[in-house]
Amino acid sequence: MRGISIQAIYVLWLRELKTFFRARSRIIGNVAQPFFFLAVLGVGFRSSMRFTIPEMEGLDYLQFLIPGLVGMTLLFSSMFAGLSVLWDRQFGFLREIMVAPVSRLSLVLGRIAGGMTTTILQALSILLVAHLFGFRLKGPLEFLLSVILMIIIGVGFVGMGVAFASKMEDMHGFQIVMNFIIMPIFFLSGALFPLQGLPSWLGFLTYINPLTYGVDALRGIMLDVSHFPLIVDFAVLISFSLSMLIIGAYLFSRCEV
Amino acid sequence: MQAIEINNLTREFNGLKAVDDISFFVKEGEIFGMLGPNGAGKTTTIRILSTTLRATRGEAKVWGYDVSRKPDDVRRTIGIVFQDQALDDRLTAEENLDFHARLYGMKKSLRKERIKQVLNLVELWDKRNTLVKYYSGGMCRRLEIARGLMHYPRVLFLDEPTLGLDAQTRHRIWEHIKLLNKREKIAILLTTHYMDEADTLCDRVGIIDKGKMLIIDKPQNLKNRVGKDIISMRVSSSKKMVKLVSNFEWISSVRIYNELLYLVVTRADKRIPFLVTLAQENALKVHRIDLRRPTLEDVFLHFTGRTIREEEGSSRQRISAKIRSWRRK
Repeated sequence: MRGISIQAIYVLWLRELKTFFRARSRIIGNVAQPFFFLAVLGVGFRSSMRFTIPEMEGLDYLQFLIPGLVGMTLLFSSMFAGLSVLWDRQFGFLREIMVAPVSRLSLVLGRIAGGMTTTILQALSILLVAHLFGFRLKGPLEFLLSVILMIIIGVGFVGMGVAFASKMEDMHGFQIVMNFIIMPIFFLSGALFPLQGLPSWLGFLTYINPLTYGVDALRGIMLDVSHFPLIVDFAVLISFSLSMLIIGAYLFSRCEV
Repeated sequence: MQAIEINNLTREFNGLKAVDDISFFVKEGEIFGMLGPNGAGKTTTIRILSTTLRATRGEAKVWGYDVSRKPDDVRRTIGIVFQDQALDDRLTAEENLDFHARLYGMKKSLRKERIKQVLNLVELWDKRNTLVKYYSGGMCRRLEIARGLMHYPRVLFLDEPTLGLDAQTRHRIWEHIKLLNKREKIAILLTTHYMDEADTLCDRVGIIDKGKMLIIDKPQNLKNRVGKDIISMRVSSSKKMVKLVSNFEWISSVRIYNELLYLVVTRADKRIPFLVTLAQENALKVHRIDLRRPTLEDVFLHFTGRTIREEEGSSRQRISAKIRSWRRK
């Protein structure tokens, strides 16, 4: 049971993708939400709002919002992917996976690989929507860096979802995580507003939020505007993702079915 | 070597013994049934044997592999059909099997061939491309049985294989189980709280109650232990008939009740023709004759002092619910 089975990782990844493309309502929901944010918040605020912070002078709110919404999509869909362990538990399928002669580590890696892939597909679809609103990335290098960033953020939150799901008994826990973890992480990430000049209590909450660094790095790459140096963002994100990967794998390996 | 060998197995949950010092074995190619009410310790035993739960004490071997020392070998050797459905209903039947096969490391050519084989065995080949969410309860069960067989296991665990299914579907599943036992030469350990299921399917039955294995034997022997057969007959003169049969040593008691003559006998199947002939030779008319044999229900009653139905919804079930919630923590 030790060791990593590539075939097991692959088959879990494959299952995630197959079921993802079959659940149209989930795709539509996950893409529609940021789309409405973009269309309503972005377009609504762009006409009346102007940034007063010097380094953001001249930046359109719609432009500012796009990396935030990419971050939002990454957060929501990767947490959902991780929490889907709960669905498997509820519908008994987790047992089928758990009694296979495959290490738990392979199972976690497979789920993370699958969740991360579907997450990135959704994040990219946001960029496509943004394209319709006239948003352009500077070049292929920026695109590549964005995708790498998406992978790091995706892995972190899928791991976090797996960790929570491993400790929860049933579906009731899902609402709690939704309201007390996912929503606060989203609102306190600077996805909707800039981090500059926040009151100190709010500033503190955003600083301990991993998604803050994700959104900041996305903004840095896509718009050339970032609050922290990119290197700091990357360092924080990589350590966040690695620890979530380890915690998720550990808790999953100990969970009973 | 035995397919399964269990010695003094005990599992406690918070000091409560769900499985209490159980020992038994299952032979190669045999269908062995654990019969008992809900909460008797059947599923706990299966969970220990399938390496998803550790034993508190005792030893369990599957196909010669110790479950605690060689869990990987055990997992490769066994197939399981869980009590609750464990299919991904967003996938088709074939995809569910393919997922399983890959998880068990089967090569592509072998996978394809085996999927066809097992789906044919449970008569679902035509429905292989249907999403499982459109399957009926009985089809799901059959698909799960097929999946349990995918990786050529030596031992198959069936945990309450026909729970919640209608009579017709149950009989169909029994046919499938008998067939696969013969074709695949596989040892089967099944749990059930249905008497007729244990009786129809199992070569040997172990009666389990409150975590203890009370007795193990062939269904017929169990029934013979409990009691003799009862022949009831209506003849033109009951009194005359009583006199005729008063001297046979195979009749242990004779009673007249409601005009009917009740004879408690051994091997009733052989006695009926004899009794009919005897009556006719003495100018008595036989209007009807009936025979009742002890069922496993009687066996259960004999060994536990209760019927298995009385047990449903009793305190023991609440304990089992407690165990289930405790496990999840």
